[in-house]
Amino acid sequence: MTDQLNRPAPPRAQETPVRPSRAGRGEARFALFLLLPAAFVVFGVVVYPVVRTLVTSVLDVDGPLDDSTPFVGVSNYVEALGDPGFWRAVWQTSYFSVTSIFFEVVFGVGIALLLNAPLRARWLFRAIVIVPWALPTIVSGAMWRYIFSGQYGALNAVLTQLGLMDEYRSWLGSDPFLALNMVMAADVWKNTSLVAFLLLAGLQNIPSDLYEAARIDGAGPIRSFFSITVPMLVPSIVIVLVLRTIDTVRIFDIVYIVTGGGPASGTQTVAFYTYVRAFSDQRLGYGSALSYLVTAVVLVLSVVYLRTLRKRGALL
Amino acid sequence: MRYKIFIHAAAAFVAAVFLAPLAWLVIASVSEPRDLLARPLHWIPEHPTWSRYDAIANSDGSDVAGLFRQSMGNSVIVALGTVAVSMVIGVLGGYALARLRFRFRRSTMVAFLIAYMLPPIALLIPLYLVLTQLQLLDSKIGLIVVYTSFTTPFVLWIMTNQFLSLPVELEEAARVDGCSRLGALLRVVLPVARPGLFATMMFTFLMSWDEFLYALIFTATPEAKTVPVAIAEFTGRYSADFGLVAAGGVLATLPPVLLALAFQRYVVDGLAAASVKG
Repeated sequence: MTDQLNRPAPPRAQETPVRPSRAGRGEARFALFLLLPAAFVVFGVVVYPVVRTLVTSVLDVDGPLDDSTPFVGVSNYVEALGDPGFWRAVWQTSYFSVTSIFFEVVFGVGIALLLNAPLRARWLFRAIVIVPWALPTIVSGAMWRYIFSGQYGALNAVLTQLGLMDEYRSWLGSDPFLALNMVMAADVWKNTSLVAFLLLAGLQNIPSDLYEAARIDGAGPIRSFFSITVPMLVPSIVIVLVLRTIDTVRIFDIVYIVTGGGPASGTQTVAFYTYVRAFSDQRLGYGSALSYLVTAVVLVLSVVYLRTLRKRGALL
Repeated sequence: MRYKIFIHAAAAFVAAVFLAPLAWLVIASVSEPRDLLARPLHWIPEHPTWSRYDAIANSDGSDVAGLFRQSMGNSVIVALGTVAVSMVIGVLGGYALARLRFRFRRSTMVAFLIAYMLPPIALLIPLYLVLTQLQLLDSKIGLIVVYTSFTTPFVLWIMTNQFLSLPVELEEAARVDGCSRLGALLRVVLPVARPGLFATMMFTFLMSWDEFLYALIFTATPEAKTVPVAIAEFTGRYSADFGLVAAGGVLATLPPVLLALAFQRYVVDGLAAASVKG
């Protein structure tokens, strides 16, 4: 879900209670029987495609894949590494990742604190924060596309009616960097909720007697926020950073719906660029090579994530 | 006291930021085009119109509104199918990972986790070729197969944790009473794990409902197009009529949002369990 594939983070496993097993072999056989369907799915729909992509990426595939497709070795990869369009997408994705995650964490901490605060209508506030998270990404994107519209968008209407702007301006159509920032704003609006809930879990794990002790020592709320809350949240923040980075590398939906990659390719992300090359230009071989480069980045990040989990005493 | 006022003001501000765009979506869905194209914009429609909802509900299926209604049906079938398949497979596998000890258990779990993390764009091209060979392009079954690929590892992970958190004595008692292993799982363990099962089903449903990239590439006709694809088409083709897109958007939003609100507690606990229990 890019990102938007708004998937919750995978949970961590705990250690199995060790118990004496009389029937070790029977257990293994039963386990195999239970896991076979899952293994079959993952092998058929994940492992096989990954290998197949690798094969496709060294072939010069334009159109159908058959015996006549020439083997071109690593030339697709060489081309990708020298492709200015690809590097531009890499830069745009990196900017998008770093900036949007920064805002999501800052706003997310604030909202998590509010979710944890003694609000009067707490349940109502929580319900409102859940809504953007549950909203389909495409609906959110379509909504923002119209709000940002240059000719009749609600954003222009608000700003001019409040007297903050003299005339309507084009948010998505003229300045590529402005458009990229607008797409990012739409993404931050939707995903801050997710980050807030992930951080809320971390907040609730902070023992309250720490705050008690700080109060006795004469620390005010601001002091205890920076001396207790922030340091204790660091592990959760690290996990959020890694997960959201993996998500932003896959960003596709929001770009597709809000700008379609324009203006002047200014909002193309790596996933979107790969899609354009493979399906609009019908260059499956080159597209496969690009998607392999993207996957490599995601795998590196996943390893970082697993290491983070392990450091925190998880099973893996 | 000052603190109380401050947090309520802050919460009200956050709520406004989240709700304002959505309120506009709802208003736009019942506004006439001339209200939406007016300058200055008419925030409140002079003559609210239900025509778009009416069209979606009653069209004969050949126009845009009809396509949208069909896509809602497709999305429901695909999401429910994906939930059913991945729950069965994932619950069985999760039980094995949690309760049984065998070689390569850990590597199996890591393999599933990595499968879950792979970007869809990496699988898109080969899956496209595979679906073409199986003649499952542009079919709901094809989408269910593809969606199962990323929901199964997720279910497996969540359920493994669920089973680990239950006492082993449950099954042992059942085994003493003469249940088989599978019988103990079905009759004793699953009923106890019900909250986790519901939460996982909800997350899986939401993932399938939200998915766009695969649906965009693997569907071509009203036979299999899902809601996100239909909405993306609306926006492309009828870029001037925000009202129509808004009506579709409101309808597409209802199922996941109502589900998430009904299972609020699970959302919060689920996301917590899913990432950081330190």
